[in-house]
This record gives sequence, structure tokens and C-alpha cells, in this order.
Amino acid sequence: MKRSEIRVCVLRVGGTNCDAETCRAFTDLGVKAETVHMNDMVESRNLPSYSALVVPGGFSYGDYVRAGAIWAKEISAKLGPELKEYAEGGKPILGICNGFQVLVEAGLLPGFTGISEQPESALGTNVPIGYYCGWVYVRHTSQGNCIFAKSIPMQKVLRMPVAHAEGRFMVTKENESSFLQVLHDNDQLVFRYCNEDGNPANGRHPASPNGAFHDIAGICNPAGNVLGLMPHPERAYYSWQLPDWTRLGNAMDYGDGRLLFESVVRHLKEKNGRL
Amino acid sequence: MIGLHLYRKRHKPFELADINLRDATNRQLLQISNELGIGLNLVEMRSIQRYFSKQNRNPTDVELQTIGQTWSEHCFHKTFKGEIVSPDGKLIVAGMFQEYIAKATEELALPWCLSVFEDNAGIVDFEDGKAIAMKVETHNHPSAIEPFGGAATGTGGVIRDILGVWADPIACTDVLCFGPSDYDNDLPAGVKHPKYIFRGVVAGIGHYGNNMGIPTVNGAIYFDQSYTGNVVVYCGCLGILPMNEFVRNTQPGDIAILAGGRTGRDGIHGVTFASAELTKESEEVSRPAVQIANPIEEEKVKRAIIEVRRQQLGSAITDLGGGGLSCALGEMAHRSNCGIHVDLDNVPLKHVGVAPWEIHVSESQERMLLSVKEKDLQKALAIFKREDVEATPIGKFTPGHMLKVDYQGHLVALLDLDFLYTPPTTIREAVWKPPKRSEPTVTEPADLTQELLKLLSSPNIASREPIIRTYDHEVKGNTVLKPLQGKHGGPNDAAIIKPLPDSWRGVVISCGMNPNYGKIDPYWMAASAIDEAIRNNVSVGGGRIALLDNFTWGSPEKADRVGGLLRACKACYDFAKVYGTPFISGKDSLYNESPLGPVTPTLLITAVGVIKDIRRAVSMDVKEPGNLLYLAGRTYPELGGSEYYRLKGYVGKTVPKVRIEQAGALLKSMTEAISAGYVKACHDLSEGGLAVAAAEMALSGDLGIDLSLRSVLKSKSAERDDQILFSESNSRFLVEVEEKHKADFESVMERNLCTLIGRVEKDNSLAIHGLNGATIVEVSLVKLRKAWKNLWRKS
Repeated sequence: MKRSEIRVCVLRVGGTNCDAETCRAFTDLGVKAETVHMNDMVESRNLPSYSALVVPGGFSYGDYVRAGAIWAKEISAKLGPELKEYAEGGKPILGICNGFQVLVEAGLLPGFTGISEQPESALGTNVPIGYYCGWVYVRHTSQGNCIFAKSIPMQKVLRMPVAHAEGRFMVTKENESSFLQVLHDNDQLVFRYCNEDGNPANGRHPASPNGAFHDIAGICNPAGNVLGLMPHPERAYYSWQLPDWTRLGNAMDYGDGRLLFESVVRHLKEKNGRL
Repeated sequence: MIGLHLYRKRHKPFELADINLRDATNRQLLQISNELGIGLNLVEMRSIQRYFSKQNRNPTDVELQTIGQTWSEHCFHKTFKGEIVSPDGKLIVAGMFQEYIAKATEELALPWCLSVFEDNAGIVDFEDGKAIAMKVETHNHPSAIEPFGGAATGTGGVIRDILGVWADPIACTDVLCFGPSDYDNDLPAGVKHPKYIFRGVVAGIGHYGNNMGIPTVNGAIYFDQSYTGNVVVYCGCLGILPMNEFVRNTQPGDIAILAGGRTGRDGIHGVTFASAELTKESEEVSRPAVQIANPIEEEKVKRAIIEVRRQQLGSAITDLGGGGLSCALGEMAHRSNCGIHVDLDNVPLKHVGVAPWEIHVSESQERMLLSVKEKDLQKALAIFKREDVEATPIGKFTPGHMLKVDYQGHLVALLDLDFLYTPPTTIREAVWKPPKRSEPTVTEPADLTQELLKLLSSPNIASREPIIRTYDHEVKGNTVLKPLQGKHGGPNDAAIIKPLPDSWRGVVISCGMNPNYGKIDPYWMAASAIDEAIRNNVSVGGGRIALLDNFTWGSPEKADRVGGLLRACKACYDFAKVYGTPFISGKDSLYNESPLGPVTPTLLITAVGVIKDIRRAVSMDVKEPGNLLYLAGRTYPELGGSEYYRLKGYVGKTVPKVRIEQAGALLKSMTEAISAGYVKACHDLSEGGLAVAAAEMALSGDLGIDLSLRSVLKSKSAERDDQILFSESNSRFLVEVEEKHKADFESVMERNLCTLIGRVEKDNSLAIHGLNGATIVEVSLVKLRKAWKNLWRKS
């Protein structure tokens, strides 16, 4: 498929607020990206016409109940069958920040045995508690399964910002080790918080901004086509978005976040119109 | 509350009363004003009495409430528009706003000022038909009663001001003044502890901006004893709009649409509350004046409004802020020479049993008023529906100039808008007696390193990182220069936003504020605030600067407060004029007094500049060992009101002045040097002076600095090391320049006061050599950082 034929849907509802910059990242790579309101999507039912779906950041419906919970229920209720078909058909679905929370609440992630009816994990309140906006390092830990990370060298350390109050990835205490085992076996562990040198953050703030279990910053589903992550790659797309670009020299370059977008666009391109 | 003769309840299925104004004595007029909570004085009440006598009837409560809201200090700014007289009645100035603030802008007559003082926000040209709109508001009184809600709705309100000129809000600012966190004296009844207020306000600001997805990019936090009883919360918002889609042209026949949140009993009498001093009863009496914030509602309203604008379906827009519908409807109609006929039945309510006057004055949040042509009505309503926003036609604009309000089939208000918008001129008395201040005798401390460390950890200088991190400062992905810079979160002088995807042009936002100087002289306080805001802007590469003024003052009914205000306004004219920086918008908040006394006169100046190419932006952290450090600007022994004196327990007298003949040329050259690319880092000198600026540049760049005070350009009277280190003289910059640009930089700065005073070093320490050559400051960056980041660990 040519880049210009690729169409990305960036979905939104009331409280979504990272759609424009997410669209911009895709557009910069030469693909078509548009923000679509949930109401329009429900009415038009044209999800299948898009090559990829993004659930962007924000505070959907005010993040009442739990972050992402309301939108997740709405998606399941109103777009359930289409979304299932979309996800199971291997089409790329990306959830950033609030989008990650939505995908977890909707049972798409980790999705060990397909879309689960109940959430299998949670993005809990940060430790230390409170909203945190800052840049973090994450290490790319997937082995090639995730289509959003295929262009990212293995073990590469990426720098991206986070901005959330509920990003602490967690599963029930008694399931932690088995959960981790399955993640590893399925190659679902994509990004882990780390220090600048790539060493694990070990839950320590601020290298880990939220105290996530196993420093988990992003995971994909077993098939590798659904990715959720807390950091914002769209805010680390251009180098002038970096916090210290005035020390680095060239403001016309790109940031690490671009690698994610480039990965999925390349993946779509190589699929050669079979979508 | 309903007296025997003054009020006559009408027999209606809802609450409505006639007020017997025609027969009221002067005393009773004031009683009515007081009992209805509208806060009007006798002159105003009598003018209303005359109006209704001519009409041969008494006003309804809806009418009197409407007038009360419209004529409040908060809505009409009657002190700034009124006459200022001396105690013996002689006219000093016929209007401070017109004669000082607006006059500077008028005389400068700059073509890029597209709309100033007219709308909800000032609008200046940006690029290719795109304009930027900026507004800064205060939300002090509500934040004193309910810190979280007060601050959150302050942010929500100023964002609506930006929507109120059809602009898309893209950045927020916040400047907050609190009493000391460690306040341990008794607090009078009704005054909450500064720490409680601090936590609530910071959380409220973050809550609104984060939820709406608008980055909070610039601000300040200031502590002073005088804010203990009366917190100061400034909320700013910047927006962008294509000027060809800006419309303000309501015609008779157009429909008034109320869009957004529902109307309820929250936010009743917010403006009268804001136009009175805080008392121990405020908590109970004025709690309903504080509104409830729902940022998600506003996010949806924003999307809808931008779409209505894009499709050109509106004929005018304004936000519902102070005074609610009563002010917004009248204003929109009056501005376009129309009347308005509105039916309050159509206003969607949060709950039943709201009286018509309450519906009319409620300040419930997240509401906007639009006028649309009848033919566009359905299209416009459909857009709101798409966004899950309630939007309701509530009335129609009419020929003539009457405000006509119906409720359940009854006429509840009929007011001539010409009368409503020409309240009697307010006359305020002004006296200015300079406060008795003297210069303290401070012996020069033996260990100046310790003094520097103390300053770095003092409340007004220490790192704000823990606060800034709770605000999303980069949502939208356009924050080019963030509030925290360098490797260790250095305090940036100004923020830069890149609003257009296909242009390198950026907007530069900075602020200046020096409340402590106001204790000595409000004139130099205002001059310093203007200079600081501008030099902060220039430091990062900003130019073509516009200013916003926000006064927070004590009661205008007290002559000494007005005397100080007059001096500050005078400085605004003087310095805006000579710097060529017009005022484009502003707001005053008066009556900032509590049982603990008035706030210290506080003028916030916000500067909005433009940088032609954001790739030329300069941050404040030093970049490379070996680079040269220049100090631009002359240093005077000006320690009056300085943080150094505060440390010693003094205010002092030698307030920093602005020497315009030098400052203007210096700023110009700095801008030139930065845009030519000669400058690697630049930091303005403010609280804590040269020593603190050097420390901040070093600790955030993670590189050493070596300076000599001998090379500092100074007045003869500055003889001591501590004076030069900590003086807060205006119009100064510390600048890092690469060796290869030495000659270029010096030639640009040639005619100015600028000398080479040191270098960036590889070693991790700050070393400063005194006038006699001895090393007077020597300290590791680790220690500097520890001191600077220490403040919040304690609390």
C-alpha cells in the first residue's frame, strides 16, 4: 500500500485532547490521518475502512470511575463487534496514555486469550501519588512481535514524556509472576521504564513516573497489533519538542517518538494493500 | 430579608418581587443595596431611583439585580473608568484607564494591534492572517473561600474569554501569590491557612488545564505575608484564530444561543463578592458565589465553537462570566446597537426552584453565548449536539435598545440598555504619601556563599519543579521552550509555543511582578514589572512585545490605596510608551482586603512576544565549557525590596529604578544578538540578582561558572560585593557567548553597557571573585542544586 493510501483514524470523545498532535505525527509521515468523533463513528460504522485505529490521550469523560473506564464501556457497547473483528483481523490499534487505559479497560490488552470481558490488569494511581508531567526513558524490550516497534532496534533506549495521574500498570499480586511469564512467552512486553543508561528503573521515581509493576510502560497483545503505552510518542516526534533541544544543536531533526509511528506506517506499507 | 414596605412579593407561581425604590429614603436605598447583595452606593442607587421614577414604576428584583451586576466594580471597572480627585475635591485624572493604560496604546498606534481593550481578550497579529489573543484574569476571592474550585474556575473563565473572541486556546499561564507556607500566627476567623490554600489552588489550576488539554506553560509563585488573608490567583490564556473568521456583528433578528453547562444556584453574586472586602462572614455568605468546575464540558464547548467559527455560522460570541446572563446578554446587544428579548424558561437548569433573578445572574461555569442568524440556527445547534453539548436558543435580538426578559409568560425585566451601560461616574479620592522607609545598615556577611545558598532555598527563589510537574506543560506538542530547562529543570525566563504546524514562528509568553517593591513605591514596582516581563521575553528571543496589565489592589474606597494605584498606572503609561510595548488587555481586581489588612499592591505584567524562528530560541542553561559570560546592564546598589533584604528581615528604601535611556537600547541590542545566533544562553537578572542568576544557569546546565565582580559595570556607589551580587537593578542579563562570536556579539552590543565578566567552566562549581580579587563565592553545583530544590521537601 502506498503511504498516501494509508488512512489512520484517531478516535475521540469529550475530554480527548491529544488527537491533533497524534494526527500531525502520522501526517508528517505522508499518510492520511483524521480525528473522528465517536458519535460519527457509531453512526457511519466505517471503522473497517481505516488502516489503523488510534485511541489518543486525554481525559475521556473526565476519567470518572477509573481512567478510561467510561469510554471503554462505550466502545464495547457501541462498537464491540466491529472492534473485535478489527483487532482479530490484525489491524493496528494504538492506545496512548488515556488510550492505553481505554484498551486495558476494554479488555484488548493484555488480551491473552482474545478480548477479555473483564479487564485483566489496571493502570492504577501513580506512586508517588499525583499528576506527573516529565520526560522518561523507556527501553524497547520486544523481540519483533509488536508492529509498532518493528523499526525500533532491540534494547534501544527511547526518551518520551509522560503526563498522567493514573499510569501505574498493575495486576493482582498473586498473578504477578505468571502474568509476567505469559507476557514474556508471547513477546508482549514492549517498553519498560529505565534510567538514561538503560538500566531498569526498578520502580524508583522519577525514572519510573508511576511505580508500575516490572517498570511496564507499554505492552502489546499476543498478536502484536494492539499496543498501549503511557508515554506520549507524539510529543517526542520533532526534536524541538525535546526538553533540552537547545543544548543539542539541530532543531530540524526528530525525536524518538517518531520511531513508533514510522514502524506502523512501514508495516502497513509492506502489507501491500492486503488490508 | 423581605422587609414590610421595601419589597412586595408578586403573586406568581415563582419568586418575583417589586422593590419599592421610588418611596425609599437614602438610608433605605442603601439598605436595599445591602439586602439584595448588589453592593451599589448611594449615588448609584439614586440614579436607579430616578430612572424608575421616570418610568412610573418600581423595579423588579430581576432588574435591580441586573443593574447591580452590570455596575459592579468587577464588571464595569468603575474605579479605572471613574474620576480620581484629591482630598480637596480637585480633579487629578478623568479616568486612569483612558489616561494611562489605553493612552499608551493609542499613542503607539501599532498596526499589529488588531483589537485592544474591546473584547474579552486582546488580539494581535501573528502570521498570514492568523492572530493571537491573550487574556489574564484574577480569581482571588473565590480562591480564598474555596481554593480548588476558585482556582479551577479561574482557569476555566479565562479560557472562555479566549473562546469569547473565537480563538482556539493553546496555552495557559498562572501567577499565584500566597501567604507564607510556614505561617504560625493565629488566623482570624474565616481566613484559611496559606498551606491549605496553596495546595488547593495549585491542584485547581492543574485540574482544569490538564483536563482540557491546554498546556500551562508560564507562571510564577510568590510568597508574602500580605497575601495571608487574601490569596492572589492570576490565570492567563493564549489563543490563536484566523482573523478572517472573527466576527462581531449581531443584527436584530439574530438568535441568542446559550451553550454549554446548565445554569444553577452556584456562582450567585460572584461579581459583588469580588467587589467587596473579605470578611469573617465571607465563608458563609459567599460560598454560593464560588462556581463548580467541569473542564470536560468546556473541552466539548471549545470543539463546538471552533467548528461554528470555521463554518462561519455565528454573528457574535461572548462568554458567561461575571454577572452571568444578565451581563452577557446586555453586553452583546449593547455592543451591536440592538435590543434583546430573552425568555428565561428556555435556560436549561441544573435543578428546579431557581428564581428568575437567580437564573439571570448565576455564574454557573462552562457557558457561552452566541448570536446566530436565524438561517444558520439549526446548523449551529447540530454542531453542539455532535459534541454532546447542550445548546438552546433563549432569545432574539431586536431593533431598539431594550433588554426584555420574560419568565413563564410574565415580563420580569424591561431595561433601557443605554441606561444600563451609563452608570453614574464614580469618583474616588486619592492620596499618596510615600511610606516611611529607611535603608537598613547591613554589615557585609563574611560568608557570601552561605548567603547565596540561603537565597536559593528561599520561598521566592527556590525551584518550582514539584509544582510545574503537576501541570501538563506540553500537551498539544507545541511547547518549544518549556518552563523547566537544561539538565536539571532550570527556571526558564519565558515559554515559547509553536502554534502553526507549517511555520517556524513562535509565540513568547513571559511575566513580571515585583510586589515587594510596591511597599516602597508602586511607581517603580510597576516600572520594574514591565521591565522584567519584557526582559524575560527578550531573554529567549522574543520581540514585538505586547503587554497585559493585571492590578490586584486594596479597596478603592480608601484614598491611600488609590494614591498608590495612580502611581502604578502612571508608570504603565510612561514605560509602555518608551518601550514601544502597547497594552492590549488587562483587568483590575480591587477590594483585596481581609481582616489581616490589604494585599501589598500587586501588578502583574504579562508580555506576549513573537520569535520569527523558534530554532533561534535561547534557553537559560549554560551550554559549553569555555564560553564567555557577559553581564549586560549596569548594577546599582538597589537592594530595597530585594530578596536579600527580605532574608535579613528588611524592606529598605533603594527600590530598583528603570533607566529608560539605557534600557531601551540594551533590549534592542539583545534581541538583535539573539536573532543573529550569537547567544548560547541568556538569563534575566531578577530576584536574588547576579549571584542567583549565575547559580541558576550553572546548576541547570550542569557546568561550572567563574565570574569576577571587578568587570561588572556598576555605579560608583556600589562598593560592596554583596551589593553587586544581590542587587536587583533592572534591565540586566547574564549572557553566554561562544568565543567565535566574541567580536560579533560585542559589536552588536557596542553602544551598550555590557562587559565580559567570566566564563563557563568544565569543573562542577560556581566561583565568584570579589572587587578586591578574593574568591567570595565557591560552591559545588551539587550543593547549589540541593539548596535550590530544598524548599518543597520541608513542606
